[in-house]
Amino acid sequence: MTAGVDRGHPQAQAIRSDEDVVRVRQLVRTVAVAVRLSLVDQTKLVTAASELARNTLVYGGGGTAEVSTVDNGLRRGVRIVFADDGPGIADLDLALTDGYTTGGGLGLGLSGARRLVDEFDIDTGPERGTRITVTKWSR
Amino acid sequence: MERVPVLKIGDILLVSIQVDMSDQTAVQLQEDLAERIVATGCHGVIIDITALAIVDSFVGRMLSTIASISRVLDAETVVVGMRPAVAITLVELGLSLEGIRTALNVERGMELIAATRDDDHGYDDADEPGDQSTDTR
Repeated sequence: MTAGVDRGHPQAQAIRSDEDVVRVRQLVRTVAVAVRLSLVDQTKLVTAASELARNTLVYGGGGTAEVSTVDNGLRRGVRIVFADDGPGIADLDLALTDGYTTGGGLGLGLSGARRLVDEFDIDTGPERGTRITVTKWSR
Repeated sequence: MERVPVLKIGDILLVSIQVDMSDQTAVQLQEDLAERIVATGCHGVIIDITALAIVDSFVGRMLSTIASISRVLDAETVVVGMRPAVAITLVELGLSLEGIRTALNVERGMELIAATRDDDHGYDDADEPGDQSTDTR
């Protein structure tokens, strides 16, 4: 957890189906609007959330997204934590490479999502699942 | 599961995506469109994404796939109405929307399809003997 950052009360959304991925997008948009992210930043964050929520479902076998507001004294932002108890990512460098995929997609989910947010943190390993934390700050 | 309606207007199929699509809905739309192209013999498909707040890699891939399927079935696809924020995000995400033709709105999309069909009738480069790109050895 970043020091000196106040976290608002988080809202959680389970990710167990296609429809839940849609719900994650809607929840993230609502919070992004509430902290007054610009339209482009809202769009980037919701798109990143959509990619990561789909990864949680497809690769992690389902999990949760926890959305909260953050405040570092200067700016406000939105933080989302995607967590699953899946097999974990075996080769993180490879998984973060544009175009690499094991799931038949375009291989842009993880690498693309990282480009769309301000902070991106990933904790993964065999037997302990995957936990990805992203933050987008207001300008 | 929600289903996106496909409307026939003259020689064109118009799809206006008004819902936040689940992945399953997107895949269903792909199949519905392929069937409607064959059933109607339409030569143009316009996909209006004015109402879409985001286009992620899944929807982007769906649009590319629809364009490819349509081409095989002798129809042109034009994607219209992309919001500026969506365009900016798509590029940063790394999606190039390969093979997809775009226009600003439905009207321009229809003009583009009409112009493409006219060109095809007057000049078909696949039949041009000097065209090296058609050499399939």
